[in-house]
Amino acid sequence: MSDDTKGNDKSTITRRKFLAGLTAGAAALSLPADADAYMLEEYFRQHFKRLDKDDLDDILKKLDEELSFKFGKKVNVKATPPMDNVVYGYALDLSRCVGCRRCVYACVEENNLSRNPQIHWIKVLEFSKQNHKWQGLEHSNRYYDPPKVPEKGRTYVPVQCQQCKKPPCVKVCPVQATWQEPDGIVVVDYNWCIGCRFCMAACPYGARNFNWGKPSVPNENINPDMHYLGNRPQYKGVVGKCTFCIQRSRVGKYTACVEACPVGARKFGNLMDPNSELRYILEHMKVFRLKEELDTNPKFFYFFSLGSPVKS
Amino acid sequence: MIVIDAINDMLGVVKSGSRAYYMWMGLLALLAVIGVLFYFRQIDQGLIATNMRDQVSWGWYIANFTFLVGVAAAAVVLVIPYYIYDYKPIGNMVLIGEVMAISAVSMCLMFILLDMGSPERFWHLIPGLGIFNFPESILTWDVVVLNGYLALNLFIVIYALSKIYMGKSYKTGLIWPFILLSVPAAISIHTVTAFLYLGLPARPFWNAAVLAPRFIASAFCSGPAFMLIIFQILRKRTNIVISDKAIHKVAELITWAMAFNLFFLITEIFKERYSATAHIAPMNYLFYGLQGHDHLVPWIWSAIIFNSIAFLILLMPALRKNFLTMNIACVLIFIGVYIEKGIGLVFPGFTPDTLGEIYDYMPNAMELWISLAVWAIGLMIFTIGAKIAIAIQTGEIGHANPADH
Ligand code: SF4
Ligand code: SF4
Repeated sequence: MSDDTKGNDKSTITRRKFLAGLTAGAAALSLPADADAYMLEEYFRQHFKRLDKDDLDDILKKLDEELSFKFGKKVNVKATPPMDNVVYGYALDLSRCVGCRRCVYACVEENNLSRNPQIHWIKVLEFSKQNHKWQGLEHSNRYYDPPKVPEKGRTYVPVQCQQCKKPPCVKVCPVQATWQEPDGIVVVDYNWCIGCRFCMAACPYGARNFNWGKPSVPNENINPDMHYLGNRPQYKGVVGKCTFCIQRSRVGKYTACVEACPVGARKFGNLMDPNSELRYILEHMKVFRLKEELDTNPKFFYFFSLGSPVKS
Repeated sequence: MIVIDAINDMLGVVKSGSRAYYMWMGLLALLAVIGVLFYFRQIDQGLIATNMRDQVSWGWYIANFTFLVGVAAAAVVLVIPYYIYDYKPIGNMVLIGEVMAISAVSMCLMFILLDMGSPERFWHLIPGLGIFNFPESILTWDVVVLNGYLALNLFIVIYALSKIYMGKSYKTGLIWPFILLSVPAAISIHTVTAFLYLGLPARPFWNAAVLAPRFIASAFCSGPAFMLIIFQILRKRTNIVISDKAIHKVAELITWAMAFNLFFLITEIFKERYSATAHIAPMNYLFYGLQGHDHLVPWIWSAIIFNSIAFLILLMPALRKNFLTMNIACVLIFIGVYIEKGIGLVFPGFTPDTLGEIYDYMPNAMELWISLAVWAIGLMIFTIGAKIAIAIQTGEIGHANPADH
């Protein structure tokens, strides 16, 4: 079954991609020879934070070769470190969000999320006017599917990892496979997670997705610009989550969801920079965070720039 | 060599038995094989082969784990005090209780392993080699207490049995501290397992302090109820002696435990119903159904009815001392608590999920077969362990026994 899919991918591959694949393949020709050694290395590979620079470089190089070979295009896996004096934050303008889910699909493409089984790191909840209470979360609908959005009398609330400053998911992990980086991003080491899913039980925002099956992304859809702790392909039996597009944010780019939003509802920036747009929003808008009573301290804020639609 | 003799003797005990014994073991072996075949499928496809999904990320395996922690703990706790207060030497019941604890903890560990997404990476948990996030992660506490409890019980059983085997009267004084230690250890495996759930503010259904005492109360119902039935089977089928008095005493203790269990249940329901906050959604889902999703409702009400009937039976001394009604009560309690701790605790904790979605989880056939296999393996461990223990205790085998040669 999976072999068939692979075959189809190859036949539909473009000429340019094919050539790129060939060169990458040539570079990886040695792969099958020491594939066993590679698998052993992978199995005994230490936790990301315990790898020294040489080990890490070596691993990244091997990963480049392996993934380039697998996907038939030049893949580059980096481990860009956090920048000094940067803590990322996010603000989402609920009065502008139209519920189009462009962010959801941009995230899937950017982060090489599995298409089958389908994994979404962003979930957009639809609320109806009658139920304008946060408590009424169970009245929200994740699977709304009208011919056109936005619908009258509806509010849309996109939810993704809130990058909690006090992340309950990190606390519970028995092997420290998930942790908070100095720039505030909570990451997962896909080679260290044992798949116990305790973090999923602990996360109050449904932000962690488990790879219940073998993740699969068609070759032509692979985004070759990868980060070890971010959008590289995940494995069956491990947890993944939004990383504020660590592969982009750490080189000074906006996240994919920010760029995809057609109405500009999504704002991203450095909380430490007093001149950032984000700080402007925090200082001049009435912002709130989800489930504040849990004191998880999210770095993800919601606000209404156009006046609250909630009539009190 | 004594050790070789002992192993030969024990193999002899395991190999010989009545037809019923062979059929029983054959049945268990068959179930185990079927489950293992299904497990290969789970390994191959991943946990997607189960009905668990992101919304309900723990299911039947963890439910069984939770229930069995109760059985493991109670088996020891309810038997030992009886002997402490009765000033008897370590009796037949204690060692059988310990064997049961060993089997139940082994099953717990198997269920945990089954539920792991990447079980081959278990070495990541080993301190030194991997990273053991202790004391931050309460799951690491559970690993410590469960394995500690297993080691403790194995030590006690092996020590006591090897002494009896050698025909030496072993010093009770030497092993007594360990037996006493197994009481708090049993409580701890329970408490820590309850803490796994109640330490999660993301899940209001679990985030209640009453969860821990209720865990203990319900475990002291189900574990001993199971044991009472096993004890009656054992004394019919083997020449081990277990007095009626001991059985009635344990039945009385179950009555008390069930009283507390039902009391805690009422407390829980009152708190949620009367405060009527947003946190009531999972409880409504469980007891009444939410937005038409009501597939747990018949289960939980049967559990409550079973437990209540059993409680009423055990409350009346005449019925409690009547073996027929007592056994009915035990079976009802076992089923009732199994439903309550499995279906009634784990699933509604995740439903509705943290973003309000209602995903109706129920295990699929594969999960049931695999779980059945774990039970079968656990019962095999128990049967073999109990058979050897009884053979040694009754002097059927032993090194100092001339009749043996
Ligand atoms: S939203 Fe969930 S996954 Fe993200 S940091 Fe908070 S607890 Fe962790
Ligand atoms: S599923 Fe992975 S990241 Fe989550 S708690 Fe378990 S080991 Fe840690």
